Amino acid sequence: MDTVKVVHAVYTDDEVLMAAVKKVREERHHIEEIYTPFPVHGLDKAMGLAPTRIAITSFLYGCLGLAVAITMMNYIMIDDWPQDIGGKPSFSYLENMPAFVPIMFELTVFMAAHLMVITFYLRSKMWPFKKAENPDPRTTDDHFLMEVATRGNEQAVEDLLSSTGAIEVNIVEKEAH
Amino acid sequence: MYTFSKRLKIFSIVLMVLGAIGWGSSYMSSHNTTIEDVKEMLAAEEASHGGGDHSAAVASESHSDEADHGEAHDAEEAAHHDDKHAEHVMHQIHNRPYSALYVAAFFFMMIALGSLAFYAVQYASQSGWSPVLFRVMEAITYYLLPGALIVVAIALWAGDHLFIWMDPEVVAEDKIIQNKSGFLNRTGFIIRAVIFIGGWSLYRYFSRKFSLAQDSSDNTSNFKKNFRISAAFLVFYLISESMMSWDWIMSVDPHWFSTLFGWYVFASMFVSGITVIALITIYLKSKGHLEFVNDSHIHDLAKFMFGISIFWTYLWFSQFMLIWYANIPEEVTYFATRFEYYKLPFFGMLALNFIFPFLILMNSDYKRVNWFVVMAGIVILIGHYLDVFNMIMPATVGENWFVGLPEISAVLLFGGLFIFLVFFALSKAPLKAKGNPFIHESEIFHY
Repeated sequence: MDTVKVVHAVYTDDEVLMAAVKKVREERHHIEEIYTPFPVHGLDKAMGLAPTRIAITSFLYGCLGLAVAITMMNYIMIDDWPQDIGGKPSFSYLENMPAFVPIMFELTVFMAAHLMVITFYLRSKMWPFKKAENPDPRTTDDHFLMEVATRGNEQAVEDLLSSTGAIEVNIVEKEAH
Repeated sequence: MYTFSKRLKIFSIVLMVLGAIGWGSSYMSSHNTTIEDVKEMLAAEEASHGGGDHSAAVASESHSDEADHGEAHDAEEAAHHDDKHAEHVMHQIHNRPYSALYVAAFFFMMIALGSLAFYAVQYASQSGWSPVLFRVMEAITYYLLPGALIVVAIALWAGDHLFIWMDPEVVAEDKIIQNKSGFLNRTGFIIRAVIFIGGWSLYRYFSRKFSLAQDSSDNTSNFKKNFRISAAFLVFYLISESMMSWDWIMSVDPHWFSTLFGWYVFASMFVSGITVIALITIYLKSKGHLEFVNDSHIHDLAKFMFGISIFWTYLWFSQFMLIWYANIPEEVTYFATRFEYYKLPFFGMLALNFIFPFLILMNSDYKRVNWFVVMAGIVILIGHYLDVFNMIMPATVGENWFVGLPEISAVLLFGGLFIFLVFFALSKAPLKAKGNPFIHESEIFHY
């Protein structure tokens, strides 16, 4: 199995980590991944990650939820079994719309939220019982780990990372993707 | 320090003068409208779409003598009814300038009161992002005392032109108002107004005083005092604002009531206040002041504009849906009038206050684009003017509404006064509350 060498640097403070990320990027090394115990504000920008598009998907899912709610209520309350709603037997969707607004709202939120989470899992290649990719369990507690890719220059990377305030720097072999 | 530029001063004075002239002339012309004018006007209206009536008259000619006899009686009654109707319409025409003035005065007062509440929330929550905006908020709330006094003065001056429960003749014949007269009477109205305005103004006076004193202080005692009075004020505000909305707005329809009304008016004033804070901040920034305010502050204000617009819609809809669903005659008449005669302002308001800000301000990046926020802000303000319009007008002018000379002049008049007083207050103190313990956090705030 092919392996590549990556450098793991472990930090104990998010401010130090942020400074290290900026320095590593200045030196034009590629940061593979950063594992943190909590979301670090501004880390995505510092790493130069592309802005997320999940908000757009969420909007589309919301529109879908709204459409589903309208179609569903129209079928149930107007078409399939016309109902006299609140003593106003108009049997028209539009005239009875206020009664359906709570459902339209709820399904919009429901679809936007749930489908957005599912999209997030799919996009991050996560599923139940998946083996954790986390290289060091301490990052689920109080440590931060930066994984930097190397191209035969692992020694230089190691030296650079040691100078950024990492408490531990290791060169590890990793399965190539 | 900000200096009130001459151009802006002249602009605001011109607005006031134009507004005063326009409103004055519409007041004179409406007062010279006599019952004969109204009858002529109604006859002209009838003639323009009276085709249906004629065919009915032709059909009835073939009726027997007995029917003719009955018809003569009907005609007499109809003539009597016509007189009454003409008188009613004349009253509505007379009410219109008062209502237009009252709506505009309340709208600008509401902006100042909403800003004051927002300001108090910032202190009570000890929020770190907003202290750079405190002087703008303090300037806006400077308008509250004069603005609220004007609203009450107009209410008392207009009397039964706006509030029919102030007319003893109406009350004498109306059992429902009689039952409410323990609360709805002139003396009570004045006492409550004094308590509301006194409470708000006292808080405004002391919080401004402590805020200025904090600038040159070496400890945080003034800030702590402000924190305490802000928390106390918010309790007072929530009660007084709700009661104020019954007194100053809901009682124009003295038979109708809604328990949600105070909250609904609160949402309207809160979003208008925040919008004006954003607009004035962007204006000052464009003039080279407030260099310490960055995009993230505008972004946060725009988030509030977006969020509270949706909150307003939620409350508006909560009030509407229950009344619509239950369909109880004495409640639903409120919305029936608006559906029948106020279609455009009623549904237009929903589009301006909900759909437009919802779609425009949803995108995170747009909230940082100043002209986007300004555009959304202007639409929100027009929407909330219409909201107040829809609360007052149906009760006072009925179907004889129009956004014309009296309404626009009244907005110009109070808009000019608002700009004049707010920018005067801005020039009285440094634009940066430099002594606030959170001022550094606020300056480096970024999202």
